[in-house]
Amino acid sequence: MTDKKVENGVDVEFLLGAREMLTEAPEGAQFTWRAKCDWVNGTHSKTSIEGYFGLGDEQNHKTKHEFDADHPELFSSEDHGATPVEIVLVGLASCLTAGVAAVAQHREIQLNSVSATLEGGMDIQGILGIDSDVRNGFDGIKVTYNIDADASQEDIEALVAQSQKRSAVYDIITNPTNVTVEVS
Amino acid sequence: MPSGSPLKIDTVVIGAGHSGLAMSYCLGDRGVEHVVLERSDVANSWKTQRWDSLRLLTPNWQSRLPGLTYDGDDPDGFMTVPDVINFVNHYADVISAPIQTATSVTSVCYEGDGYQVDTDRGSWKCRTIVVASGACNIASIPAIAASAPSSIAMVTPLDYRNPDQLNKGGVLVVGASATGIQLADEIHRSGRPVTLSVGEHVRMPRVYRGRDIQWWMDAAGVLDERYDQVDDINRARNVSSPQLVGSPERSTLDLNALTGIGVKLIGRLAGIREGTAQFSGSLRNNCALADLKMNRLLNTIDEWASENDLDDQVPSPHRFTETTVEDSPPLGLDLTNGQIQTIVWATGFRPDYSWLDVPVLDRKGKIRHDGGVVDSPGMYLMGMTFLRRRKSSFIHGAGDDARDLSDYLIAYLNNTASITG
Repeated sequence: MTDKKVENGVDVEFLLGAREMLTEAPEGAQFTWRAKCDWVNGTHSKTSIEGYFGLGDEQNHKTKHEFDADHPELFSSEDHGATPVEIVLVGLASCLTAGVAAVAQHREIQLNSVSATLEGGMDIQGILGIDSDVRNGFDGIKVTYNIDADASQEDIEALVAQSQKRSAVYDIITNPTNVTVEVS
Repeated sequence: MPSGSPLKIDTVVIGAGHSGLAMSYCLGDRGVEHVVLERSDVANSWKTQRWDSLRLLTPNWQSRLPGLTYDGDDPDGFMTVPDVINFVNHYADVISAPIQTATSVTSVCYEGDGYQVDTDRGSWKCRTIVVASGACNIASIPAIAASAPSSIAMVTPLDYRNPDQLNKGGVLVVGASATGIQLADEIHRSGRPVTLSVGEHVRMPRVYRGRDIQWWMDAAGVLDERYDQVDDINRARNVSSPQLVGSPERSTLDLNALTGIGVKLIGRLAGIREGTAQFSGSLRNNCALADLKMNRLLNTIDEWASENDLDDQVPSPHRFTETTVEDSPPLGLDLTNGQIQTIVWATGFRPDYSWLDVPVLDRKGKIRHDGGVVDSPGMYLMGMTFLRRRKSSFIHGAGDDARDLSDYLIAYLNNTASITG
């Protein structure tokens, strides 16, 4: 053990404070996340993220974030961006990785490097309507972490397990969610 | 008897289970005038709400209460339900507890200088009150149960007795704590194929390095860990019961043992839609978490054993096979094709406070308390998970909690004026 202060860049004191505050005032914990999507051309669309609701009020990101999505040339598209299913992998990877950092900070484990590779298998006979027994989405997702940290292998595995337990995107992907799509 | 003015007494204890009786012993020992009100008989829940094969999770030697230690000839055995009923009744006799049986509390109100306790057999006025009415009065069933097809029979652990009461055919057991794994085991062995829905759980071997896991946790002080010493007491209080069974063979009943006899593991039940049960894809992680947490406990035990020079006296440290999860556990289960006949909701229990008219419940319906000292003057709580210590909900946990809380209670009586008029 060293006396060196663990610094993963996560403000754990703030998170714990927020947790305490929202335990007392659970109505502030009600958030709404938003995205706005505009079709550009073909399979290319542009989605922007700016405002969201939380802590009882409208909030804004520091700046507007934009995401191009498209399909690759293999599908005779122009490949202006990642495919939507790859963006799902982006969400999962970044959510789990943020969780790893936060849990490591809380457990006073110094991270030196964290990388993850993700693979989502898919039988596209589903989306092409060839075989109705094949689902549209992933048939499974495999995430492999490579972590260098000042901790035992067991502690590192515990970090990754705990980050899954607390991850929003992991929950969204592993559990069903009611989705309502309307036309205004 | 219902009419007439209320009887006055220093303390009313509600519930004559092991918790209420342990408190009665501590109060009687220090001359506090009290009555223990029991809706039915001593150890009523054990008489009416337990399945046939159930045994305690703790070995006999651990069945100790203030003023009584186990003196039978099978210290390493596990009490059956009739044994527990006898044990608690024996305790009530030994300590000559002032019990009034067949007395249901209908209402408890705070009236400024104390509590008015109304029952179906008269009323009491008391300055202090101890709620020892149990943590498991009602089976908690998730709201999604309402979406199950009407063709499916549903059973809770409070009305389950043995597999014979279930239809022939498959059974979905929801929940993999001590209750869920025990019922999954015996129902599957009865010839009804079981699918076990597994969420977060606590894995534990029955025996480790030649000794019962309860012996290790007891000796190493794990069970004495206090509520104000743990990182997150709310989480600790919500942890489900460990995957343990008390059996003459002292066998370990974990998920691998269940898979070994053919029980099928499936993720946490997430919903029922159009006759199909949907399960979370998190089974692998929940099993990994439980394996890691078990190994952390075993590390604690090994360190304690070394520090206390036990390594020469017991077998060497070892680790258990990690939980086997199939590559792609199913995410859905058709509840309409007849394969599943019954759902067993082993999804936990909650107390019944429908008689409690004192505003002490939080938004989750739990009593607000600090280590059993309730957020209302002179009110104390017993017998809840991790009330004051990790062992609080076990029989042997009642003693220390009753001693501590009777101290608080007596100090309160001494510091407040008695009821006048």
